[in-house]
Amino acid sequence: MTEFLQHLVNGLSLGSIYALIAIGYTMVFGILQLINFAHGEVYMVGAFIGMYSSVYLKLAENPSIGSLLIAMTLAMVGCAIVGFLIEKLAYRPLRGSPRINVLITAVGVSLFLQYSGQLVFGSSPQFFPELYKSSAEGGIWSFGELKINPLQTIVLGISVCLMIALQFIIFKTRLGRAMRAVSFSHDNASLMGIPTNRVISYTFMLGSALAGAAGVLVGLVYPKIEPLMGVMPGLKAFIAAVLGGIGNVVGAVVGALVLGLAEALVVGYWAPTFRDALAFILMILILLYKPTGLFGTKRTEKV
Amino acid sequence: MDLSLQKTARLKSFGGWGAAVAAIWILNFFIQDIVDPYVFSVIMYAGINITLAVSLNLINGFTGQFSMGHAGFMSVGGYISAFIFMNLPPEFSHDPILSQFTFVGALIVAGLGAALIGYIVGLPSLRLRGDYLAIVTLGFGEIIRVIILNVDAIGGARGLPSIPQLSSFAWVYTVAVVTTFTIWQLIKSSQGRAFMSVREDEIAAESMGVDTTKTKVQAFVIGAFFAGIAGALFGHYLRYLNPQTFDFNRSFEIIIIVVLGGMGSITGSIFSAVLLTALKEVLRDLKEYTGVDLRMIIYSLLLIVFMLTRPNGIFGTRELPEIISDLKKKFGYRKKSDKVGSKS
Repeated sequence: MTEFLQHLVNGLSLGSIYALIAIGYTMVFGILQLINFAHGEVYMVGAFIGMYSSVYLKLAENPSIGSLLIAMTLAMVGCAIVGFLIEKLAYRPLRGSPRINVLITAVGVSLFLQYSGQLVFGSSPQFFPELYKSSAEGGIWSFGELKINPLQTIVLGISVCLMIALQFIIFKTRLGRAMRAVSFSHDNASLMGIPTNRVISYTFMLGSALAGAAGVLVGLVYPKIEPLMGVMPGLKAFIAAVLGGIGNVVGAVVGALVLGLAEALVVGYWAPTFRDALAFILMILILLYKPTGLFGTKRTEKV
Repeated sequence: MDLSLQKTARLKSFGGWGAAVAAIWILNFFIQDIVDPYVFSVIMYAGINITLAVSLNLINGFTGQFSMGHAGFMSVGGYISAFIFMNLPPEFSHDPILSQFTFVGALIVAGLGAALIGYIVGLPSLRLRGDYLAIVTLGFGEIIRVIILNVDAIGGARGLPSIPQLSSFAWVYTVAVVTTFTIWQLIKSSQGRAFMSVREDEIAAESMGVDTTKTKVQAFVIGAFFAGIAGALFGHYLRYLNPQTFDFNRSFEIIIIVVLGGMGSITGSIFSAVLLTALKEVLRDLKEYTGVDLRMIIYSLLLIVFMLTRPNGIFGTRELPEIISDLKKKFGYRKKSDKVGSKS
């Protein structure tokens, strides 16, 4: 039983990271019907910005929630800029061209970021500085057999806060209303006086900022970062978004948690090597039998 | 053109292909004496890449189904052929005549095995389009890789060493010619127009009586067949297979070749397969000079720049005969009949 609970905890913390990345996928897909393959790389850039800012601002010298938040904010701002540039330089000129061209461009941007990341950051893994130290004994909370890394709860907590903030932006602000309108119909939205291009830029920036936050949070729990780290989580997050019904923010979060839990259970009870295959098998099954995902009905609100 | 003329024209074009194969077999005797081993290896990889790119072009370019799992088919073929030789007595790999016959058989079985996987992978394409299909084929490629990784009988993560080296220059390029020939003939036939009609507009194709379901699966099966053979050639040249070689970056490499050459141009695929394989080696030298691997950065930038400025690739959908006649026009070469016309 404790073993099972342990897997649950691990799965939830993994899932909450997938969720932050998946939200970006689902938002961009909702608004442009585009799989932004480069999204996983934005997350990688976020982790590196977090690392460099904590090295240069010497945040790791006094580890606390405060320095974690500073590093995370910087990463979010940096990633928002990266997301803005990607959209502006690569995707915007292609608006209205065949989807396959946009898809190829997205793959190109993704490869470009991966390999220029190796050029800029070096291809060997680097260690993410310890931004937060738990006061607990050995850095682990023990409840009998069950061991919880306080970092995991922080990751979960921050993710939930960010998701709530995002829900607020989408449903309670003018920008959110504009985003919903654009995702419903570009033409109609622009006829109503909504600057669609600017709204799309904001959507990219929001999604990328969340991916940046995810990068820092991952660096916190798994402190080894490298330029190719974004590939698999990026794909998995996309699968999570599909699982929950792409275009649906809440669906993406639920899908990510389901995927995180499923992976943790496969790693725990079966073979770790099948972990990557599981995600793809899940995705193929979902796409074949319920292509709209778990929450993707026609009535759901898209962003 | 009456029927007999058509027949001679076709025979003439068949003759061209035959002559190409004959030239390859003659060249095979002395090519290793005239080029150094390094250049020879580049020539071999270029040949394998031609087969891969032309076969992927059938799926991605002509049928318009964006597949990102070509490396998966390749690995299936490579492992099947290696597995066959692993389980045969050693004289099948060493006897100069027997090994050649076994090799041809193994290549065909490898192709058929990959084609079977292509059939399975092609089935979802009936329900999925564009981006979704792309990511599902990518997923299939990864699943194949993970399965190979976990089967100990074929080496698992350690890889499969000491595969007999049977891929000669002649075999690699014969396969490249046969692949090009088959897909060329297919594209020029009525079946080829069915492939292209699916790419242009599926609903219109369906209403004109094209069985789109069958057509799409066919494209996957044929493409996978040749990719499997290419994989087998690859394994028997490198003498070592590792599942890591066939990850999605490998698929991306083939996609880049097809896209840059022009989706829907066999000429383009061949041209860019040779160009990019050679470029890879040039950039490898540059890597020793600068210390960083610029290859993928340049490839990906090329991909983005091409999509932004010339989305049809280098050749678009044009083929060699058209290009030659265009060039002739451009440089003032005119047929006699044209001259008569211009006088009036």
